[in-house]
Amino acid sequence: MTQSVKRHSETVMVPFPSDAIVPARDLGKRPVLEARHLGIQFGGLKAVDDFNLTVGPTEIAGLIGPNGAGKTTVFNLLTKVYEPTQGTVLLDGHDTKGLDVTHTARLGVARTFQNIRLFDKMTVEENVRIGLHNKIQYGMVSGILRLPGYWKKERQQHERAMELLRIFNMQDQADAVSGSLPYGAQRRLEILRALATEPKLLLLDEPAAGMNPHETEELMDTIIRIRDQFQIAIMLIEHDMRLVMGICEGICVLNFGQIIAKGTAEEIQNNPVVVEAYLGKQKGAGE
Amino acid sequence: MSTKTKNMLTTLLTLGMTALAFLLCQLAIVNDWSWMTSTLKGQLVNICAWIIMAVSLNLVVGISGELSLGHAGFMSLGAFSAIIVGSWLKRGMGMESGELRFVIAALSAVLVAGIGGFLIGIPVLRLKGDYLAIVTLAFGQIISNVLRLLYVTVDTDTGSLAMALKIGSGTPKLPGKDIIKGAQGASRMPQDATFVIGFILVMLTLLIVLNLNNSRSGRAIRAIRDNRIAAEAMGLRVTKYKLMAFVTGSALAGLAGALYGLNQSSLQATFFEYNKSIEVLVYVVLGGIGNIWGSIISATTLTILPEMLRSFSEYRMLIYAIVLILVMLATNNPVIKGWFRMVSGRISDRRNRKTGKKEARP
Repeated sequence: MTQSVKRHSETVMVPFPSDAIVPARDLGKRPVLEARHLGIQFGGLKAVDDFNLTVGPTEIAGLIGPNGAGKTTVFNLLTKVYEPTQGTVLLDGHDTKGLDVTHTARLGVARTFQNIRLFDKMTVEENVRIGLHNKIQYGMVSGILRLPGYWKKERQQHERAMELLRIFNMQDQADAVSGSLPYGAQRRLEILRALATEPKLLLLDEPAAGMNPHETEELMDTIIRIRDQFQIAIMLIEHDMRLVMGICEGICVLNFGQIIAKGTAEEIQNNPVVVEAYLGKQKGAGE
Repeated sequence: MSTKTKNMLTTLLTLGMTALAFLLCQLAIVNDWSWMTSTLKGQLVNICAWIIMAVSLNLVVGISGELSLGHAGFMSLGAFSAIIVGSWLKRGMGMESGELRFVIAALSAVLVAGIGGFLIGIPVLRLKGDYLAIVTLAFGQIISNVLRLLYVTVDTDTGSLAMALKIGSGTPKLPGKDIIKGAQGASRMPQDATFVIGFILVMLTLLIVLNLNNSRSGRAIRAIRDNRIAAEAMGLRVTKYKLMAFVTGSALAGLAGALYGLNQSSLQATFFEYNKSIEVLVYVVLGGIGNIWGSIISATTLTILPEMLRSFSEYRMLIYAIVLILVMLATNNPVIKGWFRMVSGRISDRRNRKTGKKEARP
């Protein structure tokens, strides 16, 4: 855990297919997420407009922007909490048009929430088991009559849940009620619950919120470890620039619902448009 | 002790204590102990029926988290289908065995109430909170009103059933002997329900509800209750699991109806109006929402209490209300709560406290 994980410093981002960029290793593969001209309008307000993004199957992507830029709205569009008023979302090549949240989730997208949404009266292990719901199945009758299938699948669920809890070293808290966990642990549990669904794309909405610098450092390593171990794409919204610049390969900057910049960490840091969006226009001596 | 072993222990404890209570009552009946008065003896089957009602409503209100106020409606569906089938088997087909008659009648009651729950659940479960409560209340009332118009007769020679709904002013003329006569209700039904049958059905209900709660489906039902949006994002089919809890709850209410209906000498549809639904809800709330154990105790107490208070009938409802308030105060008292927790799981509790300490310093 404390051992430093090799980060992405040597990744080369390449154009794919036109204005999108993915890590070079993902070039020949089908992108896990393609958003094309995505937009949603609430009344007269265009919350997100002409959002184009491609995420490679093992990419760690970042979505940043000032408060109210529409970052969480993008997540809600990708997971179909909102039906986009324009554009399309392709998840692993499947068009999600008309699908609801449940069916979109089953295509292989899992998420965490900005304001934590755990099943807070259930235990830590039960929370993870809900993530396993569609992976290790048995029917209602089998559960009521305690048929052999019940015992077998329950054991499988238990073993898998404990395996996942070990990622964040939470196996000792398996029987604690999740609502009683400290804030940081709740955030980590949410990530584990999402991982349990075996997603192809994991969306993390401010995973480092409320964590101290040391915990954030650990989280960065864990995110990379999760990507390497599960070979999935991870897209995250985060305000902690150290985390974003440290692990995200492709970064997308949103302001007033529109993409104002896309690129690698260095490109974004040196982009005057991004600096202006965050700090405002600098006058006089400051250039 | 893991959650799983704790859950299993709770299940075994609940079943064991219920069995113990049953044995105690049976002993009292056999040995003619003084506390087993004739009024109490007459109440035993009804107590079983109300326990099943409370436990099944707890599945809907406590575990699934949907406030349903039409539970008595499903009970009446069960009661009247059981009465029709039971009477038909006895008077039409001449079936001798009371137990067999009851089993067939109860199965049909479960089926009818389950189908009723399914049909009503599809539109109703789209609503949330207060709206759902109001609509279930209305549906419960609709069932009761429709059953008030139902006429059923049986031809004792050929064994054929005839059924009609009274629409307009004229009473429908049907051949044969009456089973259900509209607003006058059912009478002369076979009183096949016994305390032993009631006990078996209570155990069955407990087994179904507790096992469902501690299975994959039950976890899904509770997850949807705790956070619907997160449950959807995990790929859970919300409607399916809400419907599963609602239909199971109403089917079990039908079972309770069969037990109750086949224990009475006469029964009117008006008995199952909304105040009965509220009464069952009182059992659930008093016993603790989501607490199966509490439902059993409160259903038993609150069925016996009004009968015991009959001697000073003027103040009956007053005392009933005061007892309700006192119990609520007592169960919310931290000292008493702590005591209950200590009794229910000394070992697991200590363990929780230990892990709690660990949580504070991660």
